[in-house]
Amino acid sequence: MPPSEHELRLRERLSRLRSVPLLGGARLSGDIERLQRQLDRIGQEPTHEEIWLQVELARHPERPYTLDYVDRLLDDWFELHGDRGRGDDGAMVTGLGKLDGRTVALVGQQKGRDIQERTRRQFGMPYPEGYRKAIRVLEVADRHSLPVISIVDTPGAYPGVAAEQHGQGGAIAASQAAMARVRVPTVACVIGEGGSGGAVAIALADRVLMQEHAIYSVISPEGCAAILWRDAGEAKKAAAAFKPDAAHCLELGVVDAIVPEPPGGAHADHEEAARLLGEALRETLDELVEVPGDELRRRRRARFRSLGVFA
Amino acid sequence: MARIDVSIETDDKPAPPADHPNTCPGCASHYREDELELALWVCAQCGHHFPMRARTRIARLADVGSFAEDAADLHSEDPLGFFDLRPYAERLAEAEMSTGLAEAMLIGQAAIGGRGCELAVMDFSFMGGSMGSVVGEKLSRACDLAAERAVPLVAVTSSGGARMQEGILSLMQLPKTVCAVEDLHDAGQALIVVMAHPTTAGVLASFASLGDVLLAEPGALIAFTGPRVVQQTTREKLPDDFGLAEQNLRFGHLDAIVPRSEQRETLARLLRLFDAPE
Repeated sequence: MPPSEHELRLRERLSRLRSVPLLGGARLSGDIERLQRQLDRIGQEPTHEEIWLQVELARHPERPYTLDYVDRLLDDWFELHGDRGRGDDGAMVTGLGKLDGRTVALVGQQKGRDIQERTRRQFGMPYPEGYRKAIRVLEVADRHSLPVISIVDTPGAYPGVAAEQHGQGGAIAASQAAMARVRVPTVACVIGEGGSGGAVAIALADRVLMQEHAIYSVISPEGCAAILWRDAGEAKKAAAAFKPDAAHCLELGVVDAIVPEPPGGAHADHEEAARLLGEALRETLDELVEVPGDELRRRRRARFRSLGVFA
Repeated sequence: MARIDVSIETDDKPAPPADHPNTCPGCASHYREDELELALWVCAQCGHHFPMRARTRIARLADVGSFAEDAADLHSEDPLGFFDLRPYAERLAEAEMSTGLAEAMLIGQAAIGGRGCELAVMDFSFMGGSMGSVVGEKLSRACDLAAERAVPLVAVTSSGGARMQEGILSLMQLPKTVCAVEDLHDAGQALIVVMAHPTTAGVLASFASLGDVLLAEPGALIAFTGPRVVQQTTREKLPDDFGLAEQNLRFGHLDAIVPRSEQRETLARLLRLFDAPE
């Protein structure tokens, strides 16, 4: 019996995924079985409900945030505060720490756990001050040849009057430009919501990873629904249409590898989620530190400049 | 559409409808198309800048006969099979038909005031000037061509942001164009940006903000998040000139606001200052 159409599609997808260099022997995940199961699931083009489940998992209130991983992965953590101009943005954390004895610089968005912290951190939506703080720390890293870890978790940049007056668009552009300039290894991982320009501002890295249940998208499902369907209630349809889940991002070449999560999702076991993320970061950095800085930068730009589909 | 007579004076001619594209939103003056064309699509009464098509803009900015288009044959694909209320492929075809353009950006070599440059001009009438893979690729190539020919790049932006129908790949055009501009800068060439109405979201948050010199047209909306979304999300009271070029100038985000009638001369002067070849 000839294979069914969707079996063919699955095979094609698998072979495409296997050709992604980082996933070579699935060294990164250390668990090709899980990946295979994941792929079997997406082999049947995921339903609206399945994609929506990814959105819900990515936004789960118990999901580990940037500082939860910092606590578990970095020794001697020292947080750096302020953009040296206007203020200190709670939605963006930056600092120095040791990952297995190697000093690294970290930048990342930070959501809040309770209502006070959420307010203080603007639900993980940085102001321009946050991006300028990240730029400042990228410069420190570049000056002292420290690898950079960037943790992406934001619904988007803060959409407010003051944020606009302080130059939100320009700050996001400048932050990407800073990431395109540094001559040190950089690895970004989307750990929850990778919301639009506010996310990509710190994701122009040598390697871009994505946790299994994270999402990465050009606009929130609600925003997309409001514009294209003229009804924010159609968010599920919108999410299904623009496919923000990790498997699709991998397939489109937007991320280099998927970092596995504990069964049920990262919220179910913070320790195990951190261990898996730590392994992925370590392995990626080990590979990148071998490459000279100029070459890293050249390849990084070439990688991003190759993204897009046209005829 | 039925015409509604809104004139209250003893004028026996009915006034043109207020939403007619040639009715000035600033002062309600109405123009014939040829009048606007002659006036660079600027209202003679109040100075309002009407939207200007990319080809018209190029014809009025570049020296006569100097423009030679690059990468004219690039067309968008539909990587996601995107379908909202209508398929993306259908929206693309319709945009091509109604604008006579292949995409929302034209690039090519040109001269302004006798100085060589590469031009990249966006057209809002092609799907809101949205940036998908083709716009990103064209801007990226314009950077390389400018570097190769050792001339500055002049970009005129008019865009609502990234093209949602291309999903995450449209977001990737932000880092893509940023990397292209960084390469241009490393090659020692300048980027001069003229922001026309509107320059928002993904385009503002990428190459448009990275110009060595940032100019804007009067009254242009220049914002990462537009007023409607800011209002809906934060319930903040918006200042009257929220996000307009004038406010951006006041807050230090622009070098100058340049009316259309002065843009040619201003760009020529900047090209001289950056020693663009004659």
